[in-house]
Amino acid sequence: MSARRVLRTAVRVLLQLRGDPRTVALLLLVPCVLMTLLHYVYNDQPLVFDRIGPMLLVLFPFTVMFVVTSVGMLRERTGGTLERLLTTPMAKLDLLTGYALAFGAVALVQVALVLVVTTGPLQLQLSGSVAWLVVVAELDALLGMALGLLASAFARSEFQAVQFLPAFVLPQLLLCGLFTPRAAMAAPLRWLSEVAPLTYAVDGASHVAAGDGLSGRLGVDLLVVALCIPVALGLGALTLRRRSD
Amino acid sequence: MRRVWANGCGLTEQFPAAVSLRHVTVLRGGRPALDDVTCAVRSGSVTGVVGPSGCGKTTMMRSIVGVQRHVSGEVDVLDRPAGDPSLRSVVGYLTQTPAVYADITVAANLRYFAAIVAAPEGDVDRVLDVVGLAGEAGRRVDRLSGGQHARVALASVLLGSPRLLVLDEPTVGLDPALRAELWGTFRTLAAAGSTLLVSTHVMDEAARCDRVLLLRDGRLLTDESPADLLARTGAGDLDEAFLRLVQDAA
Repeated sequence: MSARRVLRTAVRVLLQLRGDPRTVALLLLVPCVLMTLLHYVYNDQPLVFDRIGPMLLVLFPFTVMFVVTSVGMLRERTGGTLERLLTTPMAKLDLLTGYALAFGAVALVQVALVLVVTTGPLQLQLSGSVAWLVVVAELDALLGMALGLLASAFARSEFQAVQFLPAFVLPQLLLCGLFTPRAAMAAPLRWLSEVAPLTYAVDGASHVAAGDGLSGRLGVDLLVVALCIPVALGLGALTLRRRSD
Repeated sequence: MRRVWANGCGLTEQFPAAVSLRHVTVLRGGRPALDDVTCAVRSGSVTGVVGPSGCGKTTMMRSIVGVQRHVSGEVDVLDRPAGDPSLRSVVGYLTQTPAVYADITVAANLRYFAAIVAAPEGDVDRVLDVVGLAGEAGRRVDRLSGGQHARVALASVLLGSPRLLVLDEPTVGLDPALRAELWGTFRTLAAAGSTLLVSTHVMDEAARCDRVLLLRDGRLLTDESPADLLARTGAGDLDEAFLRLVQDAA
């Protein structure tokens, strides 16, 4: 692995993003707009907003990074640049880490902005620390990126890549405990929710909201998400083939 | 030890093989895209890979670069097996569809690829001059014409001065003046010690090569200099020579 190649890849990915200001605006503004909507939906029930808000907040970086990475990597595959890069001294890990660095930075800005809006004008009350919520959100962003990378290997077109979002993310969203507490689910659903990485991502946010420290469930959630990232990245790296038909 | 191929490949001790293929067959979809091809590319030469579209030119180049699956036989590049990791810094591969990032500028593309191959300082400006795009460095690639887009890709492959350049149809869509200029550039690069393997389906470009590898339906019809090919077939030009070879093979 080479620090120079990782950094230059991150810079290149960010330059590509800068060339597309509409995407940047959507990335940064949509979460803020959605949180504002949520705030007014629960206008009379601020306690519900305080409970659901953080869980939804960490979903944004996850979802966005999933889509951006799967489409971005699909473009590299179909545009021939991936094959080109793999004929150079570039290591697969250089490329993946470069992507992680670039999108991780974008996720940080996204999360910072939405946190300013929600804890400021929208008056979200967090019992736990904002810093832990940022950590959960950032890990979720990286998890979304890693899963998006993996998904890109199974898409042949950008249409398919975008369809992976409802196919792959929505089931996890339904099972993660955001809509119904997981304890209230039928046993098979609960088992499914226990193997879905997003469950831990969202669960972590709810523990931060409740003011739990690292020693309890929050620590377990963070650990599971953190371990899922290298696994998904590793599986994704396996799909970057130097040789093809 | 350099491996020297003498039988019919025009190789001598002074011109060892930069690339050698021995009984190379490539299956694609169950059919041979390359069929028992044995040939060599002289070090320091400009060698043309010629033939109609679908004849196996790209498959041959991909096998040499080491990105083709299902290759049987032996492919050696600069004395190492094709695809060897150590070759990645000394082989430049230009794909047929230009593999550069359309949504960033020409300069940003070249600076990126220069960093990847650890090209020396100033190399970006050098390759921009070589492909005649110095004036377009600040423009986004997707705002360029098709020919300029292709030249950005070519420039990116020249970064770091690879010892072997594998160029798949580098002059498609270019005007005749630019074509002539690029072939002049290929000569200069070869004179400076690089080996060039260039595919084309234009016979007058083949005439500019030291040697031509003629492919048809995955089989190698000939591996000789354009002059020898004309003399042997008694044809007036390479198009006619190619037709005669095809007839003989049938």
